[in-house]
Amino acid sequence: MTDDILHMRGITKTFPGVRALHEVSLSVRRGEIHAICGENGAGKSTLMKVLSGVYPFGSYEGRIEFDGELCRFGGIKDSEDAGIVIIHQELALCPQLSIAENIFLGNEQASRGLIDWNRTNHQAGELLRRVGLEENPVTQVADIGVGKQQLVEIAKALSKKVKLLILDEPTAALNDQDSAHLLDLLRGLRDEGITCVIISHKLNEIIDIADSITIIRDGQTIETLEMASGQVTEDRIISGMVGRDLDNRFPPHEPNVGEEVLRIEDWTVHSPSQPDRQVVSRASLTLRRGEIVGLAGLMGAGRTELAMSVFGRTYGVGISGRVYKEGREVHIRNVQDAVKLGIAYATEDRKRYGLNLIEDIKRNISSVSLGRLSRNGWVNENEEYRVADGFRRSMNIKAPSVQSVVGKLSGGNQQKVVLSKWIYTDPDVLILDEPTRGIDVGAKYEIYTIINQLADEGKAVLVISSELPELLGLCDRIYTLSQGRITGELPREEATQERLMYHMTMGQE
Amino acid sequence: MSSSTTPADLEAGPRRDAKGEPPGRLKLGGLSINIRQSGIYIAFALIVVLFSALTDGALLQPQNISNIVVQNSYILILAIGMILIIIAGHIDLSVGSVVAVTGAVSAVLMVNYGVPWPLALLLTLVVGGLIGAWQGYWIAYFGIPSFIVTLAGMLLFRALTLTVLGNQGIGPFPDAVRTLSNGFTDSYLGNVGLGPLGGADVFSLLIGLIAIAGMAAAQWRTRAARAGYGQSVDPLPVFVLKVAAAAVLIMAVVVQLARFRNLPWVLVLLALLVLGYSLLANRSVFGRRIYAVGGNLQAAVLSGIKVKSVVFWIFVNMGVLAAVAGIIFAGRLNQAGPTAGNSFELDAIAAAFIGGAAVQGGVGKVVGAITGGLIMGVINNGMSLIGSPSERVMLVKGIVLLAAVAFDVWTKRRAGAGAR
Repeated sequence: MTDDILHMRGITKTFPGVRALHEVSLSVRRGEIHAICGENGAGKSTLMKVLSGVYPFGSYEGRIEFDGELCRFGGIKDSEDAGIVIIHQELALCPQLSIAENIFLGNEQASRGLIDWNRTNHQAGELLRRVGLEENPVTQVADIGVGKQQLVEIAKALSKKVKLLILDEPTAALNDQDSAHLLDLLRGLRDEGITCVIISHKLNEIIDIADSITIIRDGQTIETLEMASGQVTEDRIISGMVGRDLDNRFPPHEPNVGEEVLRIEDWTVHSPSQPDRQVVSRASLTLRRGEIVGLAGLMGAGRTELAMSVFGRTYGVGISGRVYKEGREVHIRNVQDAVKLGIAYATEDRKRYGLNLIEDIKRNISSVSLGRLSRNGWVNENEEYRVADGFRRSMNIKAPSVQSVVGKLSGGNQQKVVLSKWIYTDPDVLILDEPTRGIDVGAKYEIYTIINQLADEGKAVLVISSELPELLGLCDRIYTLSQGRITGELPREEATQERLMYHMTMGQE
Repeated sequence: MSSSTTPADLEAGPRRDAKGEPPGRLKLGGLSINIRQSGIYIAFALIVVLFSALTDGALLQPQNISNIVVQNSYILILAIGMILIIIAGHIDLSVGSVVAVTGAVSAVLMVNYGVPWPLALLLTLVVGGLIGAWQGYWIAYFGIPSFIVTLAGMLLFRALTLTVLGNQGIGPFPDAVRTLSNGFTDSYLGNVGLGPLGGADVFSLLIGLIAIAGMAAAQWRTRAARAGYGQSVDPLPVFVLKVAAAAVLIMAVVVQLARFRNLPWVLVLLALLVLGYSLLANRSVFGRRIYAVGGNLQAAVLSGIKVKSVVFWIFVNMGVLAAVAGIIFAGRLNQAGPTAGNSFELDAIAAAFIGGAAVQGGVGKVVGAITGGLIMGVINNGMSLIGSPSERVMLVKGIVLLAAVAFDVWTKRRAGAGAR
């Protein structure tokens, strides 16, 4: 019997309409680094939220045993008291507070109700030495880079007497040097007896650091691999992650590809929060009439950033590169320019960026194209109604009328409203970012049919998706993006999930 | 409100909830009434009935109706500008001070420099627009929250008022300006006997009839056009009933005014402003963009809406309307004083929120804000008629504001729960 610090058994977690986890089991040995791998949406983060009490005891089925005791966590506070600390991908630091204040946030070093700043800063200094961060504890967190902020998070975890440290994509936002330092630190912590669970898309890092790997796919545990066996390769992990059949979920489509519509060359984008970090690096791609092109990449690869920076510079700073529309170089300074040039972008987050949820269907559909529906600045509301009702029928938007409020529609119908809005601008190029996210299977099929029709009408469609089967079933050609670089371009015939995943996880040379 | 814009006219407004039967919908015979939409009008009617009873009908006497309109006209004008700003998700705390400074500028121009009144009024409106442009620049293009910019403006423009006036009141104003703020239309066509109601001004009655005819014709054309496009419309009896009810309401107010001293000029001005701005909010491209910006700023940006320019222009508009209110207020008192417009911003903001605007933006109607302003006006007037002390008036107004917003939040929460 090995000494396991954590047993999760038969964990099932359902959300309305979706089973995110089904009978998942996970065992972690004391003092090891255990990696969890899986595609976007496989259920990794949900599992960690169950473990850390974000989803409290009773909201899931199954047993969690930690350090030999059955856990009934009612919230994060309970799991932290037990010694489990989770560090999320989006860091939870207060940028305007000092390093020391952040480390002891919620755990202030006080005596008689007053904070003992000497003790706070002294202890913070010691924790910073343990994580190898040479910064003054009174430095503001906003003034240090993301890599160092990550270390502050770990120092904060150590201050809570952590036994099990969970890191969700810790290196996604880090450069190579910071990543290497972080991985070294995790090895050091392991040697001190702290168990780590790490979720990462970077397979080379996982092979480098992990002692064992659990693979999750579609909310189920597939297998646990022992690194000690020496048999584990990136290919082995990838086949575990994607081993899924392509069934008949896609309408048939015969592509009729025409001439080039949009060409992007040497496109480079820097992060607005860290202007020295390249989010997209010298990316080039071409879209043709009647063609559905896929853009595959793991979370943080820069897919949305690439699309939005092209779409009227709605993301990023220090953007350089060239865009050609029908062979002529164009300069797209804002969304209005993009719309005029016939470029449309349907966002991945329709509720936050795509729709006015308190407004009705017709006013959402007309919002980009009011110029076409108005004369001398006055909107022809009857024409607007007619256009919107036409879309309601042709797109099969399920709502009693176009005066229904968009916020009350289902995800699939909301997505159809977003698509209608952009189709009505009569674009030549449609960039669809995660067009089927959060949509049920039936509505997905309808969206695929719409995308095929758009291509048949001679439009160029760029589909960004985390779901590889979707790209394989829909696209005529697929680009892969890894850490901001285009790492591959595969025609439909040559593309497989394994090959795509290989290119998507390709490190920087 | 005796303007030719009625709640029914604005049914096409953005807040109509045509989906199914949301909670908060009342069925009365064939009429289905959305409480959240109509609540404000029902509340207004109840308050009018209540104070009519408490004052033995004095509230609805010809002279008192005229007083309510004239006394609240500047708040109502401010409320029109304020509702647009609140729909866009902003706020303007400076309007009281802008009322003061524009009133002072008009007084200095006309009284000290003898500028002819039409030119002086035009210049005052330009000053108001420039003040709005100043604030709009800092808010829209520099990115400072409107709360801060207009809080600073509240101090700045009050200081400017004192400087312009040299710390004293300036007056009197030319007759034309006083007539605009305080005067009535002439009896161009003489009087006519209305039986037991006594004599009434023919011209005023004629204007009222023309307004009703115009309203009915516009409603009919809208209905016909919608039906032509195959949209659902009210059945004919319901439509006739709605138009007739609005007509009776307008005529009742006009008759009372005609029995007193004809139509106040500010009422004519206000009616035109309400009509114009209602159309602007509902039917113009610019109006649509205001709702889009307030409803979801990010989505508006990604839809190619020039958000900064929209925000800039609604503040310019607010400046111009504040100048209109400033002229009328100064003209009414016949002098521009250093304390003019004190706390008007609070009344205008309260009017907008009582009238159904949402704190998050994206929601609100011009007619709603006017009704909200009238509710407060009737409470003020009615309570002073029954001799309530001013602290009690303030207390009641505070409670009404809180209750109105609480009601809005409550219905919204119930609607949200119903959708899930």
